[in-house]
Amino acid sequence: MNMHAPETVVRHSIVVDAPIERAFKVFTEDFGKFKPKEHNLLPAPISETVFEPRVGGHIVDRGADGSECRWARVLAYEPPNRVLLTWDISPQWRLETDPNNASEWEVRFTAETGNRTRLDLEHRKLERHGGGWESVRDGVAADGGWPLYLQRYAELFGPRA
Amino acid sequence: MTNTNHSWTALGDPTRRTIFELLAEHPRSVTDVARVLPVTRSAVSQHLKVLKKAKLVADTPAGKQRIYHVEREGLAALRNELDRFWMKTLAAYKQAVEQPPKE
Repeated sequence: MNMHAPETVVRHSIVVDAPIERAFKVFTEDFGKFKPKEHNLLPAPISETVFEPRVGGHIVDRGADGSECRWARVLAYEPPNRVLLTWDISPQWRLETDPNNASEWEVRFTAETGNRTRLDLEHRKLERHGGGWESVRDGVAADGGWPLYLQRYAELFGPRA
Repeated sequence: MTNTNHSWTALGDPTRRTIFELLAEHPRSVTDVARVLPVTRSAVSQHLKVLKKAKLVADTPAGKQRIYHVEREGLAALRNELDRFWMKTLAAYKQAVEQPPKE
């Protein structure tokens, strides 16, 4: 346990057996393929998720009914080493339209060997979502919404190790 | 009223939000906070009082002063959900990236 880790940051790392270029390419180009399908803010089923590969681009969920949801803004795009994006989703699981209330997430890729890459993810500035914490707690207490969503979400992947 | 409204209002004020973000970086005393902000110690104290009432920060005594820190419970729910989201997403990513390319 890192006792000094600020509570406003989430960190994860994973090592994959792939060269850094491929690790980066799959993360960005195929983001929609591994992002949990349950994770979306659209009323309709998602037909595709696009990671626009440039600063100023977005991650866009497109619904089967033609609706769109741009829930992340690309702040840095530096293949094959790094991306930095915003998280424009409020704790109530709605699109956050005020950029001041958005957190951000950074992904760094490091080649460990020619065929092995380490990915470090840091989702930070969570305090910016501050205004909605109590709503998160309210949602957790309710029958629908978050708990249901998360339960279905977790079931997709089986029990946590 | 309930804590819900306290919390909401507490972070609605830009100065309080800045103070909260400073405490999120690391715990500080009133003096520490006042040193980096263009407000008086007494104003900082007032803001901290509001944040404390909203259960967003808590304090512990340290010698003659009190050290304020972010109350863990407030962020816990959001943090846990994001933690889970990324754990699942990265596990699925690993599977995707380690599949032999189709071609």
